[in-house]
Amino acid sequence: MAEEQETAEQVEEETFKPSSPTSKLNFKDVWTYDDAPQSTDHAKIDDQYGHFIDGTFQEPVKGRYLPSINPATEEELSSIAEGTQQDVDKAVKSARKAYTKIWSKIDASERGKYVFRLARLIQERAREFAIIESLDGGKPIRESRDVDIPLAAAHFFYYAGWADKLDYAFPGKKAHSLGVAGQIIPWNFPLLMLAWKVAPALATGNTVVLKPAETTSLTALKFAELCRDAGLPEGVVNIVTGTGQTGSLIVNHEDVDKIAFTGSTEVGKIIMKSLAGTDKKYTLELGGKGPNIIFEDAPVDQAVEGIINAIFFNQGHVCCAGSRLLVQEGIADRIIQKLRDRMETLIVGDPLDKNTDIGAINSEQQYNKINEYLELGVNEGAEMYQSSCTLPEQGYFCRPTLFTNVSQSSRIVREEIFGPVLTIQTFRTAEEGIEKANNTAYGLAGGVWTDKGSKIFKVGSKIRNGVVWANTYNHFDPTSPFGGYKESGKGREGGLQGLYPYVKLEN
Amino acid sequence: MQDFNQTVPIDEVGVKERVSRLNSRSIKKESKVQALKMALSMVDLTTLEGMDTPGKVIQLCQKAKEPHAEMPDLPTVAAVCVYPSMVKTAYKALRGTDINVASVATAFPSGMATFEAKIEETRQVVENGADEVDMVISRGEFLRGNYDYVFEEIAAVKEAAGEAHLKVILETGELQTFENIRKASDLAMEAGADFIKTSTGKVQPAATQPVTLVMLEAIRDYYYETDRMVGMKPAGGIRKAKQALQYLVLVKETLGADWLTPEYFRFGASSLANDLLLQIVKQSTGVYQSELYFSND
Repeated sequence: MAEEQETAEQVEEETFKPSSPTSKLNFKDVWTYDDAPQSTDHAKIDDQYGHFIDGTFQEPVKGRYLPSINPATEEELSSIAEGTQQDVDKAVKSARKAYTKIWSKIDASERGKYVFRLARLIQERAREFAIIESLDGGKPIRESRDVDIPLAAAHFFYYAGWADKLDYAFPGKKAHSLGVAGQIIPWNFPLLMLAWKVAPALATGNTVVLKPAETTSLTALKFAELCRDAGLPEGVVNIVTGTGQTGSLIVNHEDVDKIAFTGSTEVGKIIMKSLAGTDKKYTLELGGKGPNIIFEDAPVDQAVEGIINAIFFNQGHVCCAGSRLLVQEGIADRIIQKLRDRMETLIVGDPLDKNTDIGAINSEQQYNKINEYLELGVNEGAEMYQSSCTLPEQGYFCRPTLFTNVSQSSRIVREEIFGPVLTIQTFRTAEEGIEKANNTAYGLAGGVWTDKGSKIFKVGSKIRNGVVWANTYNHFDPTSPFGGYKESGKGREGGLQGLYPYVKLEN
Repeated sequence: MQDFNQTVPIDEVGVKERVSRLNSRSIKKESKVQALKMALSMVDLTTLEGMDTPGKVIQLCQKAKEPHAEMPDLPTVAAVCVYPSMVKTAYKALRGTDINVASVATAFPSGMATFEAKIEETRQVVENGADEVDMVISRGEFLRGNYDYVFEEIAAVKEAAGEAHLKVILETGELQTFENIRKASDLAMEAGADFIKTSTGKVQPAATQPVTLVMLEAIRDYYYETDRMVGMKPAGGIRKAKQALQYLVLVKETLGADWLTPEYFRFGASSLANDLLLQIVKQSTGVYQSELYFSND
């Protein structure tokens, strides 16, 4: 009996437990940065927005509006129309008319010019778009200014280039447009996701009915103004706002030829079911639980930076976030210690401040969901570490968080949290790392960190993810396809591959 | 002790990305004034020319004591850095102040002298009153992979320097790779360096922010291992206040508050002090004065 107990103890000792080193460096404020809030004078937001249909803003038929909240202040920024069946019908009808009468008939090079024009207009008004994106969504101005908006413009530029070259995109085949594309985009990268969808749709000759997320519709509505400024024929782009309900009306509309959806896996499954048996084409870009694998021979300091970027970029509201950190045993303690010290330097606060690293959680609902997961993690027996920064009194803010002492079976390891929450596990051999990385329902993106090129290719090719980054994370480029395996979705956006979902190929 | 035949991998792209991100921190108003004064207190006023004269050194020491006569409450600089032959002069000129005398020894800037000569030179400058010794490593031996030699040499100079603080100049512009810079930093710290320093100022590129970040990270790892705090001194090419503030951000966010003092961070720069003064005056008066209003020692 006594012997048995001893063995049990020994086994327990052998399981890895991070030694939880405390923050060793002193990041107290002997010298603090001054507040550097971006002025909002430049951004004009109306009190109320209707739907953008047939080239004009139109009041919703039923006259219902939803508030659009600034998550950093909890104040109402504007109100947006709630789309009902009648609104969606109008929008689809407008898109169909524009498709048959104009857009499918004009020269491909003409189409390209319009798309180029949109790209340039986004660049011209980049500052305004960045401010609105931060006001509306809570993301740091540094990210909306340096990442979201430039990338959105880059996507329009890229696909504008394809418009008159479709005959060369698919050798031996002729590409035809589909018709009306129904597009539903999420709240994490509002304008960027719009660009990912609208740019290839227009370039390939389709017209669009787009529904932005109800918490972040403002940049889409601003984009509607650009469509007008660009002289885009009426009805080519229609924007209907509203909740998921409105989205489902678009999905189920009989006169829509293609559905592109980015959002949760849960909703993706519902869409798939309702599309089964129809001849609508569809692409789904869904959730993720990205593995970020750090090998002992990695450039450690840059890997730490990469981990931070992988999970805390955009408050962790990134479907391809590296939310599952897998560290090779030998350097686990060191990595955790460095991560903790690094987290102490993250500035959480006003999204409009240029110094802010982590802004506001997008909505109250999401804020509550993240907090539920934090509680769940602690209840599951995980060890939680949060940075000690002060949070603003108003608004939905969450401290950057690490969980150690978690396992593959923990819910916080298995489920997508969509917040600044990282789980850390260790592995010993590359095989074990790969197995853990793949042991998930998701497969959107992941990272590999090692100084050894051969290992990058060996491990990278075995990870079942649409994207695998090596020695970096969360880098995007319009020329590169993006999309998921397994429950992370179907189809690709970006690159040449991003044209497929919007064309019919014939010999 | 670390096996110096092993290499700590450094990803160059990652280092540069990190630096450019840190450069986007916004420093203005009160924060800027504080930083400018802090930077001034970290300057090692330096004159290292073949044509240096006692007169020039004395004037430089005067400037160290009183950077700008019109603003008497400014901090003084940390040290005055001179060639060995000028140590006595500087010592006399700075006696009774908190300002240290630093001397470049060990056959600065090339380091191409015999081991014995270097040790002798170190002893001499300390005897003549240097509080700090800035030594150069033997880059030739380092690049040959003769790490033991470089290590022994630093350790011996450290011993010869006695109470004086030892700053080890890696001459990063000659070390070719970030991995080498990291290795040289580790080696210098293990061998007893109190400070690691980027450059002599005689080789281009001299101090750069990516190189400084790599060295700060080496200091951090060494501190994790040993609890000993080693200082950092970027030197050469830092002429503008704005650059200096960017360096302070690197320190603040890599090593934290404890390193943001002249005890652990220095600028090796001769023309930086004037730009700092110019900016400090600008912050208090709202206008830029002509450079002619500042002494150009």
